[in-house]
This record gives sequence, C-alpha cells and structure tokens, in this order.
Amino acid sequence: MKYIDEFRDGQLARRIAAAITAEAQPDRRYALMEFCGGHTHAISRYGIEDLLPPQVRMIHGPGCPVCVLPIGRVDNAIAIAREPGVILCTYGDLLRVPGSKRLSLLKVKAEGADVRMIYSAADSLVVAKENPDKQVVFFAIGFETTTPPTAVVLQQAKAMGLTNFSVFCNHVLTPAAIGKILDSPEVSQTGAVPLDGFIGPAHVSTVIGSRPYEPFAERYRKPVVIAGFEPLDVLQAILMLVRQLNEGRAEVENEFSRAVTRDGNPKAQAIIADVFELRDTFEWRGLGWLPNSALTIRAAYADWDAERRFRVETHSVPDVAACECGSILRGLKKPAECRLFGTVCTPENPMGSCMVSAEGACAAHWTYGRFRQAG
Amino acid sequence: MTLQRKGPSLDFKNGRVDLSHGGGGRAMAQLVEELFIESFDNDMLRQRNDQASLAIDAGRLVMTTDGYVISPLFFPGGDIGSLSVHGTINDVAMAGAVPMALSASFIIEEGLPLADLKRIVLSMAAASKAAGVPVVTGDTKVVEKGKGDGLFISTTGIGRVPDGIQISGDLARPGDAILVSGTMGDHGVAVMSQRESLGFETTLLSDSAALHGLVAAMIAKVPQIHCLRDPTRGGLASTLNELAGQSCVGMRLREADIPVRQEVRGACELLGLDPLYVANEGKLIAIVPGEAAERLLSVMRSHPLGKDSAIIGTVVEDPYHFVQMETSFGGNRVVDWLAGEQLPRIC
Repeated sequence: MKYIDEFRDGQLARRIAAAITAEAQPDRRYALMEFCGGHTHAISRYGIEDLLPPQVRMIHGPGCPVCVLPIGRVDNAIAIAREPGVILCTYGDLLRVPGSKRLSLLKVKAEGADVRMIYSAADSLVVAKENPDKQVVFFAIGFETTTPPTAVVLQQAKAMGLTNFSVFCNHVLTPAAIGKILDSPEVSQTGAVPLDGFIGPAHVSTVIGSRPYEPFAERYRKPVVIAGFEPLDVLQAILMLVRQLNEGRAEVENEFSRAVTRDGNPKAQAIIADVFELRDTFEWRGLGWLPNSALTIRAAYADWDAERRFRVETHSVPDVAACECGSILRGLKKPAECRLFGTVCTPENPMGSCMVSAEGACAAHWTYGRFRQAG
Repeated sequence: MTLQRKGPSLDFKNGRVDLSHGGGGRAMAQLVEELFIESFDNDMLRQRNDQASLAIDAGRLVMTTDGYVISPLFFPGGDIGSLSVHGTINDVAMAGAVPMALSASFIIEEGLPLADLKRIVLSMAAASKAAGVPVVTGDTKVVEKGKGDGLFISTTGIGRVPDGIQISGDLARPGDAILVSGTMGDHGVAVMSQRESLGFETTLLSDSAALHGLVAAMIAKVPQIHCLRDPTRGGLASTLNELAGQSCVGMRLREADIPVRQEVRGACELLGLDPLYVANEGKLIAIVPGEAAERLLSVMRSHPLGKDSAIIGTVVEDPYHFVQMETSFGGNRVVDWLAGEQLPRIC
C-alpha cells in the first residue's frame, strides 16, 4: 500500500510544527476542537500535542459514534439480541459498550445470545441469507460516513425481498452536534469551554461536503478547517486555523481537498435520502436530546426497520453518577479530571462510553497519553 | 499375534473421526498406531507406555505447556500442527534452554475429516523432526459434534538449561537494549487473511518457526542476555508490558526502528489494527546489557531466522513501568497492553 508514509513524514511534521510555533502569537489562546474521533486517535497515537506550543490547545469533540450512543439504545440492542431466534450483527467497538446493569453485548453473547462482529454492513446481509430460519438484525451506528452503506444494505434487502433481515438504525448527523456545542451556554455565554476554531470531519465531509459547515463559520465566527485523518493532515489544519485566527478570518477551508468537495458525494446523499428521513429528536450521550439530529428508516422500508419489528421502546438512562463522559464530550472536562479515570474505569472495564472506543477521548488518553500526567 | 484380526486400515481419504476413535477401544488403538505412532515414530513412543521415560543430566530443567485453538486450522505458512510444535519449543527456548521432548494431547471434534487430521499430524511430525525435538507421549480424546471446533492441540515441552545461563523476564535493567529478531505482525495478518468474513488476499505467510537454534547461537556468543520472550498473542506491545512489569522498569522504543512489513502495515491500516499488537509465532524479543547489544545484533542477523533483527529501544527507570515510544512522527505515546481481544483465536 502506498500513501501511508507520505502522510506520516516526521521531517515534514517538524517543519509544519515549527511554522505553527513561529506563527502562533505567544499571548494569544488557540483552543481548537477536533470534532472527530478519528482526529482524536491520530493526535494521541502520533503524539501531535508534543509538537505544539503551549498556547495551542486541542479539545476533543463528540465525534466518536460509539461514545455518543446513549445507554438506552444499547439496552434496546441488548434486548433485541436476547430475543429467541435473533442474530444481532454489529461493529466490533459496540460489543463492549456498557448498557444498564453493567451488561454489554459481549456479556449477553457469553450468556448465549447470538451476537456477531462484522466489518461491513454488507456482511450482515450475508448472515441473513445463510440463516433463513433466524431473524438477523444489523445494529447500525455512526455519522454520515457509515450511513450510505447501511442505506445500500436496506435497498438490497428490499430488492431481494429478504424477510428475515432488519436494521436497528442509530445514525446521527454531524452538523446538529456542532450546532449544539456552539449554542451550549459553556461556549456561547460562560466561556467555560474556550473554543476558537474547529478541525472539521474527514470522512463525514467526503459524503456531505464542506458546505454544511459554512453557516457555523458565518454565524458563530469560528473558523473550520476540514482535515484528513493522517497526522500531517491534522498538523496542517492546525497551522491553517492559527493563520485564520491571526488574520481575523472565520472561513471554511479544506485541507482534505484530495477527498472532499464543497458539495460532497451526491450519489451517497441520494441513497441516504431514499432510505432515511430525519428523526424529530434523538438522545446523544453527553449532549442530551437534540432535535433533527438523527435519521430513521422511511415508511417505504418499514418492513426492514428493527424498531418496528421488535417494537423498540424509547427509554432514557442516566450515566453512572460519577462518570464524566457527558462533560468530556462537551469539552468541559479532560479525561484525567474524571474521578473514575484509570481507577475503576479502564479500557478493560469501561464505565463510560469514552473509555470504550479507541476513538474515545478517555481511551485515547489512557492508551497513548498517560505518561504526560505521570511525568 | 496372528490370531488378532487386523481389519481394514483407516480411510484417510474419505473417513471422518467418530466417537469410537476416542473410546479407548480398538478404533482408538488403530488411530494411535496408524497415525500417531507411524508419524511421530521414535523409540520412546514405540514402547507404547502411558508415559515417556527420559534420562537427564544434572542441571536445571524447564517445562512449559500451551493449548492451540487456532481458527482456521490451516493458514498460509503453517497449520495448527506445526504451530503447536513451534510455539511450545519457543516457550522452552525463551529460558535459554535446549528443548528435549514434547508431549501432545489432541481433542478432536467428531466429524473431523481423517484426511485433515493426517495432514496436521504429518505437519506436526515434520516440524518436530526438523527441530530435532521428538513427541514422546500423547493422548487422544474425541468430543461430540458441536462441543469443539474441529481440533484443539495441547503440547507440553521440557528442556535443559545450559550451565551458567540465567534468563528470566524479571532481569531487565535500566540501560539494557531491546532487540527483536524480525518483522512484527506477520502471523496475525496471515491468519486473518484466511477469515472468510474479511475477504482480503495477501501473499504473506505466517512466520511460525522454532527459535531454539537462533537462541542457542545467541547465548553461545552473548551468554549475558537478561530476557528472552516470544511476542505471540497481544504482539510486541503486550509482551514488552509484561516484561516491564516483571522487571519493574520502563521502556522507550523508537517506532522508526521497529521492523514491520509493508503488507502487514497495509492490512493493519485497512482493518484498523496496530501491528505492534498483532501476533508473531517465529520472532523473539531479547533484552541485553547495552554494551552487548551490537554484538548480539550481529549474531542474530547472521542466523536465517534473525536476518531482519533490529535494536528497537532501551530499558529505562520508570516507577509507572510504562512502555513509551517516540513515534516516527516525532511525538511520544504510551504503548499500552492490548485491551480486550484484537483478533479472535489466532494461536
């Protein structure tokens, strides 16, 4: 495979880092939020914070799909998995997410439920075809990146007339979450969360384009630079944000021009629009109930909607009392400021969702960044 | 014995293992005779006792045991049979010991094709012969269909430690150098490529190999080696964390110096894995006083199983026993234990 080393070149990194240090004004604050878990992971894995001057601070945003999934929806999935004759298929990260009563899909699998880890939505269709006497449910989560594959699977299930397949849809929308953060009192009024600019999503933007971020730049006067998930992408985006702030600009710029256009991928957008429609409201872990922030399956595909087939009821479950995932997802606290961090909450035994996914702020800090605290 | 009716031989072409092959009767005796004793042929097995009797000199013996449950049973570069010989020989060798003998216990699921069993046993016998370490005793059990996954093999190994050699996981000291004997992650990625659900192709082979020859060459020239360990499940990262914990030290690695094949890196990128956490079955980690590092490196590189050896870091004082790494990118990160399971059943 090519194009790995090119985006991880240490010498080039030091040159960009030197430019950031030279251009960042010493008496000015540059509090930058990377929205996506993919950026959080890259920042931690490559030690990018070590290359930045102290006035440039990264704030980890809520863009980790596993992290923002509320406990109630995990409970719903666990209940579906426990129904007799059901095979529940989902992505690996979700298996360990704790629901209520310390249950997880991994634990109900050990109890005997048929829960299968898949790498792609299409694999769940294969499972359904191979198991005609079982009800196969795909537990779908993610932002706009993973939404088109789920939509395609639903189109295919309908075309094939598969009667033993359905999707438990938990797809959510990025712009809604960014809007919520910018409107939150911590950002807009009290200033408890300093926020000067955004590193915009990489893969999400390949689907939706850069246009949806333009209102944020205009209305809230916050620069946005869309960046790829490679470490050099992230560093370059930080430099571009520093320059925008220095020059008093608040624009949407695109560092990830090798994959993102202003209008995104119209074919993927059309497939999404065919299969999904906006939900009135959806619960986000850490952010609460957000109107028009998630997708649900359209009536034309109702026969493949697991929420209808299994009569899934909405229930809302509060986080473990001391868990700070909510505050961490809003940028209000850092992982190390949570009392549970590293004591009772570790990647082996996660209490909150931020400790589960490798993209979660707590797991990333635990796995790659702890020495900063120790030292 | 002419009154004993011999009956037809086992049908290794189309036959399958059934419960009678583990029942203790004639069918089991036939399987043992026609497959196991035939393949592993040696003086001790031919005595047909329930135990092997080994003569020992004075000195220290080491003993280790390991269960092999890999899925699939056959993978590029090996199979569960050769793996069960190499893995256990390596665990003996990591004490600096000369492996003497192996035992093998087979738990076979009813319905396993006899052809597969034969292929695996022959591969095991070939691995044992090539390594010069005989399988001297064994056991066979058959479990009902659905109670196993084709075949599980458990092997135990013993070996003798040469005089004057003291190698143990708790002996790493600040200032020591950390070496690896080759590229990381080959086995895990080769096995993964065979999983039907992943559907990617690679020319990569498992690195499964017996390392006692390499170890013998290393301790002959550098007897002051402090630690040896093979980074199997959990990969380099987890094994270094084990050693750091046992020795109460920290470690600092240089990412740029850790050998990883391009194919392994590519596959890991696609699957969202980190090569440092992917299993190896024919590589070792050596920790040695800093001043002996270059000498050890040249000994390792001159052995066929160590030609890609590299010095990848140093042992440091650290009350937290962190394994840290300077990334190729110029930053630092912790290289932590593997959390949960990165891949199911790779050894």
